[in-house]
Amino acid sequence: MIAAARCILRRDLLLALRRRGDVATALLFFVIVASLFPLGVGAEPNLLRAVAPGVIWVSALLSSMLSLPRLFADDHADGTLEQMLLGAAPLGVIVAAKLLAHWLVAGLPLVAIAPLLALQYDLPPPLFGTLALSLLLGTPVLSLIGAIGAALTLGLRGGGVLLALLVLPLYVPVLIMGAGSVEMAGAGLGGQAQLMLLGAMLIVAAAFAPWAIAAALRISSE
Amino acid sequence: MLEAVGLRSARQGRQLFKDLDFALRGGELLRVAGENGSGKTTLLKILAGLLAPDAGEVRWRGTPIRGLREEYSRELVYLGHAPAVKGDLTAAENLGIACTIAGADAQAQHVEGALASYGVPGDVPLRRLSQGQRRRAALARLLLAAAAPLWLLDEPFAALDAAATRLTEELIAGHVARGNAVVYTTHQEAGIGAAVQRVVALG
Repeated sequence: MIAAARCILRRDLLLALRRRGDVATALLFFVIVASLFPLGVGAEPNLLRAVAPGVIWVSALLSSMLSLPRLFADDHADGTLEQMLLGAAPLGVIVAAKLLAHWLVAGLPLVAIAPLLALQYDLPPPLFGTLALSLLLGTPVLSLIGAIGAALTLGLRGGGVLLALLVLPLYVPVLIMGAGSVEMAGAGLGGQAQLMLLGAMLIVAAAFAPWAIAAALRISSE
Repeated sequence: MLEAVGLRSARQGRQLFKDLDFALRGGELLRVAGENGSGKTTLLKILAGLLAPDAGEVRWRGTPIRGLREEYSRELVYLGHAPAVKGDLTAAENLGIACTIAGADAQAQHVEGALASYGVPGDVPLRRLSQGQRRRAALARLLLAAAAPLWLLDEPFAALDAAATRLTEELIAGHVARGNAVVYTTHQEAGIGAAVQRVVALG
Protein backbone atom coordinates (compact mmCIF):
# COMPACT_ATOMS: atom_id res chain seq x y z
CA MET A 1 0.00 0.00 0.00
CA ILE A 2 2.79 2.40 0.97
CA ALA A 3 4.74 1.25 -2.10
CA ALA A 4 1.80 2.03 -4.39
CA ALA A 5 1.30 5.46 -2.82
CA ARG A 6 5.01 6.28 -3.10
CA CYS A 7 5.02 5.06 -6.70
CA ILE A 8 2.06 7.30 -7.65
CA LEU A 9 3.61 10.31 -5.92
CA ARG A 10 6.91 9.74 -7.73
CA ARG A 11 5.14 9.16 -11.05
CA ASP A 12 3.08 12.35 -10.87
CA LEU A 13 6.09 14.45 -9.88
CA LEU A 14 8.07 12.89 -12.73
CA LEU A 15 5.26 13.66 -15.19
CA ALA A 16 5.12 17.25 -13.94
CA LEU A 17 8.89 17.50 -14.38
CA ARG A 18 8.64 16.27 -17.98
CA ARG A 19 5.76 18.66 -18.78
CA ARG A 20 6.99 21.80 -17.10
CA GLY A 21 4.82 23.99 -19.33
CA ASP A 22 1.59 22.79 -17.71
CA VAL A 23 2.96 23.49 -14.25
CA ALA A 24 4.18 26.94 -15.21
CA THR A 25 0.76 27.91 -16.65
CA ALA A 26 -1.04 27.88 -13.30
CA LEU A 27 1.79 29.74 -11.56
CA LEU A 28 2.07 32.37 -14.31
CA PHE A 29 -1.70 32.83 -14.24
CA PHE A 30 -1.48 33.55 -10.50
CA VAL A 31 1.35 36.05 -10.96
CA ILE A 32 -0.31 37.83 -13.89
CA VAL A 33 -3.78 38.12 -12.34
CA ALA A 34 -2.35 39.39 -9.05
CA SER A 35 -0.16 41.88 -10.96
CA LEU A 36 -3.00 43.26 -13.07
CA PHE A 37 -4.94 44.64 -10.12
CA PRO A 38 -2.47 47.39 -9.11
CA LEU A 39 -2.43 48.47 -12.77
CA GLY A 40 -6.21 48.53 -12.91
CA VAL A 41 -7.17 50.16 -9.61
CA GLY A 42 -4.36 52.69 -9.56
CA ALA A 43 -1.37 53.19 -7.33
CA GLU A 44 -3.14 54.52 -4.24
CA PRO A 45 -1.19 52.73 -1.44
CA ASN A 46 -3.98 52.66 1.14
CA LEU A 47 -6.41 51.17 -1.35
CA LEU A 48 -3.87 48.57 -2.47
CA ARG A 49 -3.03 47.63 1.11
CA ALA A 50 -6.74 47.18 1.81
CA VAL A 51 -7.45 44.92 -1.19
CA ALA A 52 -4.17 42.95 -1.10
CA PRO A 53 -5.25 39.91 0.97
CA GLY A 54 -8.48 39.46 -0.94
CA VAL A 55 -6.96 39.91 -4.39
CA ILE A 56 -4.05 37.57 -3.72
CA TRP A 57 -6.36 34.96 -2.27
CA VAL A 58 -8.84 35.17 -5.16
CA SER A 59 -5.96 34.86 -7.64
CA ALA A 60 -4.67 31.77 -5.82
CA LEU A 61 -8.16 30.31 -5.83
CA LEU A 62 -8.65 30.84 -9.58
CA SER A 63 -5.19 29.51 -10.32
CA SER A 64 -5.93 26.38 -8.33
CA MET A 65 -9.20 25.98 -10.31
CA LEU A 66 -7.22 26.17 -13.54
CA SER A 67 -5.18 23.05 -12.87
CA LEU A 68 -8.11 20.95 -11.57
CA PRO A 69 -9.70 19.57 -14.76
CA ARG A 70 -6.45 17.85 -15.72
CA LEU A 71 -6.06 16.17 -12.35
CA PHE A 72 -7.79 12.93 -13.37
CA ALA A 73 -8.53 13.58 -17.05
CA ASP A 74 -5.25 12.17 -18.42
CA ASP A 75 -5.42 9.03 -16.32
CA HIS A 76 -9.05 8.60 -17.36
CA ALA A 77 -8.28 9.01 -21.07
CA ASP A 78 -5.35 6.61 -21.27
CA GLY A 79 -6.83 3.85 -19.12
CA THR A 80 -4.51 4.28 -16.13
CA LEU A 81 -7.51 5.10 -13.94
CA GLU A 82 -8.98 1.66 -14.63
CA GLN A 83 -5.72 0.12 -13.46
CA MET A 84 -5.86 2.25 -10.31
CA LEU A 85 -9.45 1.12 -9.68
CA LEU A 86 -8.25 -2.48 -9.99
CA GLY A 87 -5.08 -1.83 -8.03
CA ALA A 88 -4.05 -3.68 -4.90
CA ALA A 89 -4.05 -0.52 -2.77
CA PRO A 90 -7.32 1.14 -1.66
CA LEU A 91 -8.29 3.85 -4.14
CA GLY A 92 -8.43 6.47 -1.39
CA VAL A 93 -4.74 5.99 -0.68
CA ILE A 94 -3.83 6.36 -4.35
CA VAL A 95 -6.00 9.48 -4.60
CA ALA A 96 -4.29 10.95 -1.53
CA ALA A 97 -0.88 10.38 -3.13
CA LYS A 98 -2.05 11.99 -6.38
CA LEU A 99 -3.38 15.01 -4.48
CA LEU A 100 -0.15 15.41 -2.54
CA ALA A 101 1.78 15.44 -5.82
CA HIS A 102 -0.73 17.89 -7.30
CA TRP A 103 -0.42 20.26 -4.37
CA LEU A 104 3.40 20.11 -4.35
CA VAL A 105 3.35 21.10 -8.02
CA ALA A 106 0.41 23.52 -8.18
CA GLY A 107 -0.10 24.76 -4.60
CA LEU A 108 3.28 25.08 -2.95
CA PRO A 109 4.75 27.46 -5.59
CA LEU A 110 1.81 29.84 -4.96
CA VAL A 111 2.65 29.89 -1.26
CA ALA A 112 6.28 30.63 -2.03
CA ILE A 113 5.64 33.44 -4.48
CA ALA A 114 2.74 35.16 -2.67
CA PRO A 115 4.97 37.37 -0.42
CA LEU A 116 6.71 38.63 -3.55
CA LEU A 117 3.35 39.64 -5.03
CA ALA A 118 2.41 41.25 -1.73
CA LEU A 119 5.28 43.69 -2.29
CA GLN A 120 3.35 45.17 -5.22
CA TYR A 121 0.52 45.99 -2.83
CA ASP A 122 2.79 47.58 -0.26
CA LEU A 123 1.62 45.05 2.30
CA PRO A 124 3.66 45.54 5.50
CA PRO A 125 6.40 42.87 5.69
CA PRO A 126 5.23 41.55 9.13
CA LEU A 127 2.08 40.33 7.37
CA PHE A 128 3.99 38.26 4.81
CA GLY A 129 4.26 35.40 7.26
CA THR A 130 0.52 35.35 7.94
CA LEU A 131 -0.23 35.52 4.21
CA ALA A 132 2.09 32.62 3.39
CA LEU A 133 0.84 30.58 6.34
CA SER A 134 -2.80 31.15 5.38
CA LEU A 135 -2.03 29.98 1.83
CA LEU A 136 -0.01 27.04 3.16
CA LEU A 137 -3.05 25.86 5.11
CA GLY A 138 -5.63 26.95 2.55
CA THR A 139 -4.32 25.76 -0.83
CA PRO A 140 -4.36 22.05 0.15
CA VAL A 141 -8.02 22.49 1.17
CA LEU A 142 -8.70 24.01 -2.27
CA SER A 143 -7.03 21.02 -3.95
CA LEU A 144 -8.94 18.52 -1.82
CA ILE A 145 -12.36 20.13 -2.36
CA GLY A 146 -11.67 20.82 -6.01
CA ALA A 147 -10.65 17.23 -6.64
CA ILE A 148 -14.09 16.02 -5.53
CA GLY A 149 -15.58 18.22 -8.26
CA ALA A 150 -12.96 17.09 -10.77
CA ALA A 151 -13.77 13.46 -10.04
CA LEU A 152 -17.53 14.02 -10.33
CA THR A 153 -17.29 15.87 -13.65
CA LEU A 154 -14.76 13.45 -15.13
CA GLY A 155 -15.48 12.57 -18.74
CA LEU A 156 -18.42 15.00 -19.04
CA ARG A 157 -18.68 17.35 -21.98
CA GLY A 158 -18.41 20.92 -20.75
CA GLY A 159 -17.12 19.53 -17.50
CA GLY A 160 -14.81 22.52 -16.98
CA VAL A 161 -17.66 25.01 -16.57
CA LEU A 162 -19.67 22.61 -14.44
CA LEU A 163 -16.60 22.08 -12.28
CA ALA A 164 -16.28 25.82 -11.64
CA LEU A 165 -19.99 26.11 -10.78
CA LEU A 166 -19.74 23.14 -8.46
CA VAL A 167 -16.53 24.00 -6.68
CA LEU A 168 -16.33 27.80 -6.42
CA PRO A 169 -19.21 28.11 -3.88
CA LEU A 170 -17.43 25.53 -1.73
CA TYR A 171 -14.26 27.62 -1.86
CA VAL A 172 -16.02 30.58 -0.20
CA PRO A 173 -15.36 29.63 3.46
CA VAL A 174 -11.68 29.01 2.69
CA LEU A 175 -11.45 32.38 0.97
CA ILE A 176 -13.13 34.21 3.85
CA MET A 177 -10.89 32.60 6.46
CA GLY A 178 -7.72 32.95 4.37
CA ALA A 179 -8.11 36.59 3.40
CA GLY A 180 -9.63 37.37 6.81
CA SER A 181 -6.59 36.11 8.67
CA VAL A 182 -4.33 38.58 6.86
CA GLU A 183 -6.78 41.45 7.37
CA MET A 184 -7.10 40.68 11.07
CA ALA A 185 -3.34 40.49 11.47
CA GLY A 186 -3.09 43.83 9.60
CA ALA A 187 -5.60 45.41 12.00
CA GLY A 188 -3.45 44.30 14.91
CA LEU A 189 -5.94 41.69 16.11
CA GLY A 190 -3.82 38.71 15.12
CA GLY A 191 -5.05 36.20 12.59
CA GLN A 192 -4.71 33.12 14.77
CA ALA A 193 -8.41 32.38 15.01
CA GLN A 194 -8.82 32.27 11.22
CA LEU A 195 -5.62 30.28 10.78
CA MET A 196 -6.80 27.73 13.31
CA LEU A 197 -10.11 27.39 11.50
CA LEU A 198 -8.21 26.93 8.22
CA GLY A 199 -6.12 24.25 9.90
CA ALA A 200 -9.28 22.54 11.12
CA MET A 201 -10.72 22.64 7.59
CA LEU A 202 -7.50 21.10 6.28
CA ILE A 203 -7.61 18.25 8.79
CA VAL A 204 -11.25 17.46 8.06
CA ALA A 205 -10.76 17.70 4.29
CA ALA A 206 -7.59 15.58 4.34
CA ALA A 207 -9.33 12.90 6.36
CA PHE A 208 -12.55 12.64 4.33
CA ALA A 209 -11.99 14.07 0.84
CA PRO A 210 -9.82 11.19 -0.53
CA TRP A 211 -12.59 8.70 0.18
CA ALA A 212 -15.24 10.98 -1.32
CA ILE A 213 -13.02 11.41 -4.39
CA ALA A 214 -12.51 7.64 -4.65
CA ALA A 215 -16.28 7.09 -4.55
CA ALA A 216 -16.81 9.82 -7.16
CA LEU A 217 -14.16 8.25 -9.42
CA ARG A 218 -15.90 4.89 -9.22
CA ILE A 219 -19.17 6.52 -10.26
CA SER A 220 -17.60 8.54 -13.08
CA SER A 221 -15.71 5.61 -14.56
CA GLU A 222 -18.85 3.48 -14.98
CA MET B 1 -13.03 -20.22 -11.06
CA LEU B 2 -14.96 -17.52 -12.86
CA GLU B 3 -18.70 -17.77 -13.22
CA ALA B 4 -21.17 -15.45 -14.90
CA VAL B 5 -24.82 -15.91 -13.98
CA GLY B 6 -27.65 -14.28 -15.92
CA LEU B 7 -25.67 -11.19 -16.95
CA ARG B 8 -27.63 -8.44 -18.64
CA SER B 9 -26.30 -5.10 -19.74
CA ALA B 10 -27.63 -2.12 -21.65
CA ARG B 11 -25.65 0.94 -22.66
CA GLN B 12 -27.39 4.16 -23.68
CA GLY B 13 -30.75 2.38 -23.64
CA ARG B 14 -29.69 -0.35 -26.07
CA GLN B 15 -29.60 -3.90 -24.82
CA LEU B 16 -26.22 -5.51 -25.46
CA PHE B 17 -26.78 -8.94 -24.00
CA LYS B 18 -29.08 -10.70 -21.57
CA ASP B 19 -29.20 -14.00 -19.69
CA LEU B 20 -25.55 -14.57 -20.36
CA ASP B 21 -24.26 -17.58 -18.44
CA PHE B 22 -20.89 -19.25 -18.54
CA ALA B 23 -18.40 -20.83 -16.21
CA LEU B 24 -14.67 -20.92 -16.68
CA ARG B 25 -12.41 -23.34 -14.84
CA GLY B 26 -8.66 -23.22 -14.45
CA GLY B 27 -6.88 -24.22 -17.64
CA GLU B 28 -9.63 -22.87 -19.86
CA LEU B 29 -9.58 -20.15 -22.44
CA LEU B 30 -12.63 -18.03 -23.26
CA ARG B 31 -12.86 -15.98 -26.42
CA VAL B 32 -15.49 -13.26 -26.52
CA ALA B 33 -16.45 -12.82 -30.16
CA GLY B 34 -18.76 -10.30 -31.75
CA GLU B 35 -18.82 -7.39 -34.11
CA ASN B 36 -18.00 -3.80 -33.18
CA GLY B 37 -20.45 -2.40 -30.69
CA SER B 38 -21.76 -5.78 -29.62
CA GLY B 39 -20.64 -5.30 -26.02
CA LYS B 40 -17.33 -7.17 -25.83
CA THR B 41 -15.57 -4.43 -23.89
CA THR B 42 -18.61 -3.94 -21.64
CA LEU B 43 -18.64 -7.64 -20.82
CA LEU B 44 -14.93 -7.60 -19.99
CA LYS B 45 -15.35 -4.55 -17.76
CA ILE B 46 -18.19 -6.30 -15.96
CA LEU B 47 -16.00 -9.36 -15.46
CA ALA B 48 -13.23 -7.13 -14.09
CA GLY B 49 -15.66 -5.46 -11.70
CA LEU B 50 -15.25 -2.03 -13.31
CA LEU B 51 -18.90 -1.94 -14.36
CA ALA B 52 -21.94 -3.29 -12.57
CA PRO B 53 -24.24 -5.46 -14.71
CA ASP B 54 -27.91 -4.47 -14.92
CA ALA B 55 -28.84 -7.95 -13.78
CA GLY B 56 -27.02 -11.10 -12.76
CA GLU B 57 -23.66 -11.41 -11.09
CA VAL B 58 -20.08 -12.51 -11.56
CA ARG B 59 -18.63 -14.98 -9.10
CA TRP B 60 -15.00 -15.71 -8.41
CA ARG B 61 -14.41 -19.11 -6.79
CA GLY B 62 -18.07 -19.12 -5.80
CA THR B 63 -18.20 -15.67 -4.15
CA PRO B 64 -19.81 -12.67 -5.88
CA ILE B 65 -17.05 -10.22 -6.87
CA ARG B 66 -19.01 -7.26 -5.48
CA GLY B 67 -18.10 -8.40 -1.98
CA LEU B 68 -14.49 -9.24 -2.80
CA ARG B 69 -13.27 -5.93 -4.27
CA GLU B 70 -9.48 -5.77 -3.74
CA GLU B 71 -9.20 -9.48 -2.93
CA TYR B 72 -10.53 -10.15 -6.42
CA SER B 73 -8.62 -7.44 -8.25
CA ARG B 74 -5.35 -8.72 -6.81
CA GLU B 75 -6.03 -12.04 -8.57
CA LEU B 76 -6.58 -10.62 -12.02
CA VAL B 77 -4.76 -8.71 -14.70
CA TYR B 78 -6.97 -6.53 -16.86
CA LEU B 79 -5.56 -4.96 -20.00
CA GLY B 80 -8.15 -2.62 -21.42
CA HIS B 81 -8.66 -1.08 -24.81
CA ALA B 82 -6.60 1.96 -23.82
CA PRO B 83 -3.01 0.88 -23.22
CA ALA B 84 -2.74 2.65 -19.82
CA VAL B 85 0.71 4.02 -20.58
CA LYS B 86 2.00 7.58 -20.39
CA GLY B 87 3.70 9.10 -23.41
CA ASP B 88 6.02 11.16 -21.24
CA LEU B 89 7.41 8.15 -19.41
CA THR B 90 9.71 5.48 -20.81
CA ALA B 91 8.50 1.93 -21.38
CA ALA B 92 10.47 0.70 -18.36
CA GLU B 93 8.99 3.38 -16.09
CA ASN B 94 5.47 2.66 -17.36
CA LEU B 95 5.82 -1.07 -16.81
CA GLY B 96 7.34 -0.70 -13.35
CA ILE B 97 4.55 1.67 -12.30
CA ALA B 98 1.82 -0.59 -13.72
CA CYS B 99 3.19 -3.54 -11.73
CA THR B 100 3.50 -1.53 -8.51
CA ILE B 101 -0.07 -0.23 -8.78
CA ALA B 102 -1.24 -3.81 -9.26
CA GLY B 103 0.61 -4.75 -6.08
CA ALA B 104 3.31 -6.83 -7.77
CA ASP B 105 6.96 -6.37 -6.98
CA ALA B 106 8.64 -5.21 -10.19
CA GLN B 107 12.38 -5.69 -10.23
CA ALA B 108 14.35 -3.68 -12.73
CA GLN B 109 15.93 -6.64 -14.48
CA HIS B 110 12.58 -8.40 -14.90
CA VAL B 111 11.08 -5.25 -16.39
CA GLU B 112 14.02 -4.91 -18.79
CA GLY B 113 13.72 -8.59 -19.70
CA ALA B 114 9.99 -8.35 -20.40
CA LEU B 115 10.47 -5.32 -22.62
CA ALA B 116 13.35 -6.98 -24.45
CA SER B 117 11.13 -10.00 -25.21
CA TYR B 118 8.61 -7.69 -26.81
CA GLY B 119 11.35 -5.72 -28.54
CA VAL B 120 10.50 -2.36 -27.00
CA PRO B 121 13.36 0.02 -26.13
CA GLY B 122 13.10 0.64 -22.39
CA ASP B 123 14.71 4.05 -22.15
CA VAL B 124 12.85 6.14 -24.75
CA PRO B 125 9.73 8.18 -23.86
CA LEU B 126 6.78 6.30 -25.34
CA ARG B 127 5.45 9.28 -27.25
CA ARG B 128 8.41 8.90 -29.60
CA LEU B 129 7.43 5.31 -30.40
CA SER B 130 4.73 4.01 -32.74
CA GLN B 131 1.21 2.92 -31.79
CA GLY B 132 2.17 -0.74 -32.13
CA GLN B 133 5.21 -0.31 -29.91
CA ARG B 134 3.07 1.33 -27.21
CA ARG B 135 0.73 -1.62 -27.43
CA ARG B 136 3.71 -3.96 -27.04
CA ALA B 137 4.91 -1.98 -24.02
CA ALA B 138 1.48 -2.45 -22.42
CA LEU B 139 1.38 -6.17 -23.25
CA ALA B 140 4.85 -6.72 -21.80
CA ARG B 141 3.05 -6.70 -18.47
CA LEU B 142 1.78 -10.20 -19.23
CA LEU B 143 5.34 -11.49 -18.91
CA LEU B 144 5.42 -10.22 -15.32
CA ALA B 145 1.91 -11.38 -14.48
CA ALA B 146 2.34 -15.15 -14.46
CA ALA B 147 1.19 -15.28 -10.83
CA ALA B 148 -2.29 -13.85 -11.54
CA PRO B 149 -4.78 -16.71 -12.00
CA LEU B 150 -7.07 -14.69 -14.27
CA TRP B 151 -6.23 -12.55 -17.29
CA LEU B 152 -8.84 -10.33 -18.91
CA LEU B 153 -7.54 -8.99 -22.20
CA ASP B 154 -9.46 -6.55 -24.37
CA GLU B 155 -8.37 -6.80 -28.01
CA PRO B 156 -4.83 -7.91 -27.18
CA PHE B 157 -3.92 -8.30 -30.84
CA ALA B 158 -5.01 -4.84 -32.02
CA ALA B 159 -2.21 -2.89 -33.76
CA LEU B 160 0.28 -5.74 -33.36
CA ASP B 161 2.46 -7.15 -36.12
CA ALA B 162 2.81 -10.87 -36.84
CA ALA B 163 5.75 -11.50 -34.49
CA ALA B 164 4.19 -9.72 -31.54
CA THR B 165 0.85 -11.44 -32.19
CA ARG B 166 2.57 -14.83 -32.13
CA LEU B 167 4.39 -14.01 -28.89
CA THR B 168 1.14 -12.86 -27.26
CA GLU B 169 -0.65 -16.01 -28.41
CA GLU B 170 2.13 -18.12 -26.94
CA LEU B 171 1.94 -16.25 -23.64
CA ILE B 172 -1.82 -16.77 -23.44
CA ALA B 173 -1.51 -20.47 -24.34
CA GLY B 174 1.27 -20.92 -21.77
CA HIS B 175 -0.74 -19.21 -19.05
CA VAL B 176 -3.75 -21.42 -19.75
CA ALA B 177 -1.55 -24.53 -19.83
CA ARG B 178 -0.34 -23.70 -16.30
CA GLY B 179 -3.91 -24.06 -15.06
CA ASN B 180 -4.99 -20.41 -15.16
CA ALA B 181 -7.97 -18.85 -16.88
CA VAL B 182 -7.84 -16.29 -19.67
CA VAL B 183 -10.71 -14.30 -21.18
CA TYR B 184 -10.00 -12.24 -24.27
CA THR B 185 -11.91 -10.39 -26.96
CA THR B 186 -11.10 -10.31 -30.63
CA HIS B 187 -12.81 -10.12 -34.01
CA GLN B 188 -10.30 -12.40 -35.69
CA GLU B 189 -10.08 -16.14 -35.41
CA ALA B 190 -6.95 -16.42 -33.33
CA GLY B 191 -4.70 -19.44 -33.40
CA ILE B 192 -4.17 -20.05 -29.73
CA GLY B 193 -3.37 -23.67 -28.96
CA ALA B 194 -5.18 -24.25 -25.69
CA ALA B 195 -6.70 -27.54 -24.61
CA VAL B 196 -10.12 -26.18 -23.69
CA GLN B 197 -11.42 -23.26 -25.67
CA ARG B 198 -14.83 -21.72 -25.32
CA VAL B 199 -16.43 -18.96 -27.29
CA VAL B 200 -19.10 -16.51 -26.21
CA ALA B 201 -20.63 -14.83 -29.25
CA LEU B 202 -22.32 -11.50 -28.63
CA GLY B 203 -24.64 -9.54 -30.89
